[in-house]
Amino acid sequence: MSVTAGAHERIEVEVTVNGVPRAAEVPPRRLLSDFLRHDLRLTGTHVGCEHGVCGACTILLDGAPIRSCLAFAVSVHGRELTTVEGLAADDGTLHPVQAAFQDQHGLQCGYCTPGFVMSACGFLAETTEPDDDEIREGMSGNLCRCTGYAGILAAVKQAAGDLRASGADPRSQHQPEDDAFAGRPGGEHGPAGGDGGGEVPS
Amino acid sequence: MSTGTEVRPGTRSGLGQSVRRPDGTPKVTGTFAFSSDLFARGMLWGRTLRSPHPAARIRSIDTSIAERMPGVASVLTARDVPGRPTYGLEHADQPVFASETVRFQGEPIAVVAAEHPELALRAVAAIEVDYEVVTPLTDAEAAIGAAPIHPDGNVFRHLHLRHGDLDAVGAVSVEGSYEVGMQDQAFLGPESGLAIPVDDGGVELFISTQWLHVDRDQVAACLGLPPERVHLTLSGIGGAFGAREDVSLQVHVCLLALRTGRPVKMLYSREESFHGHVHRHPARLWYRHHADPDGRLVKVEARIVLDGGAYASSSTAVIGNAVCFAAGPYRVPNADVDGWAVRTNNPPCGAMRGFGAVQVCFGHEAQMDRLAAALAMDPVELRLRNALAPGDELPTGQVITGTAPVREVIEAAMALEPPPLAATDPPADGTMDLPGGAGLTATRADVVRGTGLAVGFKNLMYSEGFDDASTANVRVELDHRGEPLATVHCAAAEVGQGFVTLAQQIVRSVLGVEQVALRPADTTIGSAGSTSASRQTWMSGGAVELACLAVAEALAERAGYGGGAPDEVLDLDVVELLREGPIDRTRAHHHPPTEPLDEDGQGDAHVSFAFAAHRAVVDVDPELGLVKVRHIATGQDVGRALNPQAVIGQIEGGIAQGLGLAVMEEMLLEDGRLRNPSFTDYLIPTALDMPPVTATLIEQPEPGAPFGAKGVGEPPTISSTPAIVAAIRAATGLELPRIPVRPEHIALAEA
Ligand code: FES
Ligand code: FES
Repeated sequence: MSVTAGAHERIEVEVTVNGVPRAAEVPPRRLLSDFLRHDLRLTGTHVGCEHGVCGACTILLDGAPIRSCLAFAVSVHGRELTTVEGLAADDGTLHPVQAAFQDQHGLQCGYCTPGFVMSACGFLAETTEPDDDEIREGMSGNLCRCTGYAGILAAVKQAAGDLRASGADPRSQHQPEDDAFAGRPGGEHGPAGGDGGGEVPS
Repeated sequence: MSTGTEVRPGTRSGLGQSVRRPDGTPKVTGTFAFSSDLFARGMLWGRTLRSPHPAARIRSIDTSIAERMPGVASVLTARDVPGRPTYGLEHADQPVFASETVRFQGEPIAVVAAEHPELALRAVAAIEVDYEVVTPLTDAEAAIGAAPIHPDGNVFRHLHLRHGDLDAVGAVSVEGSYEVGMQDQAFLGPESGLAIPVDDGGVELFISTQWLHVDRDQVAACLGLPPERVHLTLSGIGGAFGAREDVSLQVHVCLLALRTGRPVKMLYSREESFHGHVHRHPARLWYRHHADPDGRLVKVEARIVLDGGAYASSSTAVIGNAVCFAAGPYRVPNADVDGWAVRTNNPPCGAMRGFGAVQVCFGHEAQMDRLAAALAMDPVELRLRNALAPGDELPTGQVITGTAPVREVIEAAMALEPPPLAATDPPADGTMDLPGGAGLTATRADVVRGTGLAVGFKNLMYSEGFDDASTANVRVELDHRGEPLATVHCAAAEVGQGFVTLAQQIVRSVLGVEQVALRPADTTIGSAGSTSASRQTWMSGGAVELACLAVAEALAERAGYGGGAPDEVLDLDVVELLREGPIDRTRAHHHPPTEPLDEDGQGDAHVSFAFAAHRAVVDVDPELGLVKVRHIATGQDVGRALNPQAVIGQIEGGIAQGLGLAVMEEMLLEDGRLRNPSFTDYLIPTALDMPPVTATLIEQPEPGAPFGAKGVGEPPTISSTPAIVAAIRAATGLELPRIPVRPEHIALAEA
């Protein structure tokens, strides 16, 4: 970590994000959520409240779920981060948690979804055989305004079963070849609402 | 009861199937681009200066320091608005920037564009405004007669409905006063947009909104540009629920882009979002219900005052609904309903899911329970005895010509057994299902249980003579593999409800083409109307159907069927016919015309109605005032469930918002100032607050509706709230005339 002193002090932050080493020079007060979204252009991590309440910004820090709006980028120097972009297999096959949110209609607008998916990955790594009450409690730190949660809870339940069957670690990128559920369809693709990156031609 | 929805052969993912969302994969992988995710090379960041005072006169605004800050590209105030200085959904009474008078806390005064969002924030702080603070007008009743706080006056609309014999009285009458607090839509993705100047002097705006074309028209007017020079494209929307029907940052961000000649992005914080959009109208309600001794309603009298806040927004439509549906889904031969929507210095209010119907449903359902008690009658029986049915007349004089399964929704809600709630019931100490959760606050021995029922209804689509048509284009061609491909273009805003899925289902069912692509919604096609009033399935679903039928007709003609034979299209060799080239059709869909209400509130003002009933089971600790909603059963009139999984999702999500209004959610105002603009202090339900929901879909196809389907988004939010409060009343014996019910209303109530 190198520090440039002065009024426009910038600090170099090096992290591993979804298995890829990344580095950027940022002001010391740069939030981790802004670092991911603006400096690294990983906009799958959403910001809903900037207060640590809604959970939309949840990512994994060394495998444990944290709220990226409550951390400074500099505080995670040298650590390993996983965001929602790092879960699906390289061939696009969905991670079992992502597939379950699709199957169980666990999303409507989808703004809360990355946060729920990351919370679920952290939760299912800790609690491999959750009962319904444990799932409800485990997901109660994230807000969803659209679904009423039933589809989300059903998705986490489905994912728990799928992960148990495959023995995969929910915190790591999906590896379809050694997964019993490689055959689960990844859903239909369509251009609605702008699949793909956020860059607008100017 | 649920009937199997017919599916055409060869349409695996057609109507009636729980087809998955086409945007599901990008949404679960994080690649779906919400408006907040957009970037453009060289873009600036916009930020708004807002008034800290609910009412003030502005003596002067000094932007000179902000303008000189390095990295600040532009600072704009009212004098920089080249076109119409005001905007508004129905009445253009809201200034783009306050220049002389501030009418609510958070009203925009100026905007800044800078190289970085934090720099924009500092520039906003450097603008000096000299305010002369004025005492705010915050009482809606008082506003009716108070000195006007706006040149257009303080009354947005006064509607006095009179129906039948106003002197009629019943052997039994009950009277009550009720109050509804201000609810926020609290969508999860705050307002955001990206504006890019175009070479012809126009502007391109990527925006999350419920209605592209009405935004376009308001933006163009304020910019002083012809509408065709303002082009809007829908970007990903993080929920809406009514809060994106009005313009928020659209004009500001376009002004900045045109002034600087660079792309400008604006993104509200959560706090700014609370100040930056309209809310659900708070209401004060007074009712007197008259009935004969066997429980038949004789007359309903009501007075409704809605606080519309500082600007009109959709207040006129909201009070229209409140008055029309004030008596609930019951046969009421005589009615006298006096409704007001007024201007105050509180935050502006407009559309929120179920608008108008939500507020009055809390009143009429409390009254029905009160009437049942006065008659010593079962409240379910009282509702069944008065339930509206097809052919009945509403208090507006309109006869219901479509379906009205009021009896069926009530019976369905009552028939559903609550699932076994827990092994021990009430639950064991220290478990999450106790009121207050697992915090060892309530104990099992203190818990009392109550059950409540409520029934509600609302109009679908716009009313009172409004022609809210929708347009869709469907193009069918062979793709590079020689397979048929249909592409749908429609400006309907996908806000999470699933219109994109439905559009694909319609094409598959009508044309038998499996592969359906969707073009982004934008203003290069005609308006689709608003994603509100439960109208897109009917209106834009209908437009997509009409365009598909036109394509089918063209295919049939190519096949040599004279005069077209759309029904035969599924048997045609589409691949062969498309070798001649693509077929492209655009069609507009209008609903049957309605008429304005006359001066007595009479007229055939509505197209169609949807009904729902909710039964709530709650556990209450009366000493601590803590409530736990344990189960909701609902029967809902859906016409026909075109995507059952999506319908259930709307029902569960709508009930969550109804639960929020019942026991949690309120924007707390003190002298016009918002006390809780954050998710720390404005509480919305979590997974632990939501009980299991059991739903029965009543499928009676609605005549005249595309595929027989009714909109399903709003009814779940209407009667879930009063059902929960009725259950709390049943558990505690308290009157609870105000929502949200807070712990102190129970724990500190006079015995
Ligand atoms: S944005 Fe981080 S918890 Fe809401
Ligand atoms: S799906 Fe919209 S907030 Fe959860």
